[in-house]
Amino acid sequence: MGAQNFIRLTEAKDLIFKKVLGLCGLIVIGLVLGIFLTLLSKAALSMEHTGLAFLYQTVWDPVREHFGALPFFVGTMITSILALSISIPFSFALAIFLGEYVKDGPWSSVFNTALDLLAGIPSIIYGFWGLFVLVPIVRSFESAMGVLPHGVGIFSSAIVLAVMIIPYSASISREVISLVPEDIKEAALSLGATPFECITKVIFPYAKSGIFAGVLMSFGRAISETMAVTMLIGNSNKIPTSIFSPANTLASIIANEFAEASEELYLSSLVELALVLFFVTAAFSLIGRIIIKKWVLDK
Amino acid sequence: MINTRSVEARLIKNIVFKSLVFSMSFIVLIPLFFILFYIVKNGISAFSLDFFLNLPKPVGEIGGGISNAIVGTLLLIVISSSIAIPFGIFIGLYLAENKVGLLPELTRLCVDTLQGVPSIVMGIIAYAWIVIPMGSFSVLSGGIALSLMMLPIVVKSTEETMSLIPESLKEAAFALGAPYYTTMIKVVIPSSKKGILSGVLLGIARVSGETAPLLFTAFGSPFMNTDILKPANSLPLLIFNYATSPYDDWQSLAWGASLVLVLFILSLSILAKVVIKK
Repeated sequence: MGAQNFIRLTEAKDLIFKKVLGLCGLIVIGLVLGIFLTLLSKAALSMEHTGLAFLYQTVWDPVREHFGALPFFVGTMITSILALSISIPFSFALAIFLGEYVKDGPWSSVFNTALDLLAGIPSIIYGFWGLFVLVPIVRSFESAMGVLPHGVGIFSSAIVLAVMIIPYSASISREVISLVPEDIKEAALSLGATPFECITKVIFPYAKSGIFAGVLMSFGRAISETMAVTMLIGNSNKIPTSIFSPANTLASIIANEFAEASEELYLSSLVELALVLFFVTAAFSLIGRIIIKKWVLDK
Repeated sequence: MINTRSVEARLIKNIVFKSLVFSMSFIVLIPLFFILFYIVKNGISAFSLDFFLNLPKPVGEIGGGISNAIVGTLLLIVISSSIAIPFGIFIGLYLAENKVGLLPELTRLCVDTLQGVPSIVMGIIAYAWIVIPMGSFSVLSGGIALSLMMLPIVVKSTEETMSLIPESLKEAAFALGAPYYTTMIKVVIPSSKKGILSGVLLGIARVSGETAPLLFTAFGSPFMNTDILKPANSLPLLIFNYATSPYDDWQSLAWGASLVLVLFILSLSILAKVVIKK
């Protein structure tokens, strides 16, 4: 009798334990759902007030309660695309360097440590450094070019942003390149292809959808980056007219104005920006992950 | 006949490409070197005993320090870790034990999504969930925002390590008559503790440099505060506020705080590597 009870008790404990584990899984689902619903409910007021015009109006004037988010979409897009186009050649070079030319040895560990370091430096410190070291350089470059020497602006943010996303995109591209099977590389080399031809004609075509996914995920990273951009972009709510003009991104306008937004509609409009930001970044990272997963399964 | 011209051209192309790849890889080291150089150069000169022990002082007074920011950062780490670590380990265990199925897949998707949520959005969420109901900025709300950012990192490293545990180890425990929960708690979790610990260290390193989630949660304060229901300063917040101020001595405090923060994060990530290699 005693033994039977003991077994029953153990089985009950097992069941409870498994249920608790499952519950933990549900908590994560609940968290993400909760984040989404919170943003949605806090943004409801703004959606009701401004409606779809929120997405294309060009004037952001909290005092007159005009809330058009177009300047921030444009600012975000230009900054991120510029940062990505600066960083992509470098991240590819690094991925090829570490994946094909210098697979191990001291140089490989130097570069891996350097990338870890770059990835570990907090965003705020990139911003601080950018403000005091890069901005003066950009300012003198701008006066040499004959444009208004703001110093801060899209150009400065994009450079710092590019440095920040290089470790991330390099590590994705490298992982993708490492999934290219050795034998097709060796086949190309044994047919007399130079390493350059092997990379451009075998590795790239094979890995291209994975690399594309990596670019998408890096883009999502660039969009969501907040502090460094907030410090460097110059906090202007007008639509940027050139890559040197000050602007604001979705993340930086929230960082700049959320704490001082006292009217409910103003706050709600900022939350709607956060909702858009949440959607866009989630979409980019999910699409990227799906492409990579499918690519790995297909091959 | 082999056309030597075309072979030469191909070889030249190859050399050009290789040198391009090498030089571009080395160029990436330049900004890293520059950033570290400036932080160390400007940070060291701010270091003194006062710097670590005193509170920030008004502009013009010498001897201001960052003690409140150090204490605030440590408090935030304690709060976020005590939430994220237990949940993270259990969720990781759940995912490692249930590889297929709708619910685990959905959970995995949500962990990925959570990891991708921009840090500033986490700040808004903690503001809506904690700051508004409690009616004031607080360390607690900041810690919760940070725990949301730390959670996916702990989950992923736990899941990854636990997936590597050989089935035979678990089977041995089952064969000895150990029930499921005993096997998990006494066999699976202890044998993956190195991986979990390294994930935890990386998670702490990641959140201790975060500023955006704290802007409207922990908020910042010029005073020493250990009450978790009140606003407090943290190293990243102090850097943000003082870096954008026009005063030299505040900027110098910010450089010093940057050096402290970078050294702290660096030692955590080194520790995380050492732990996993041992």
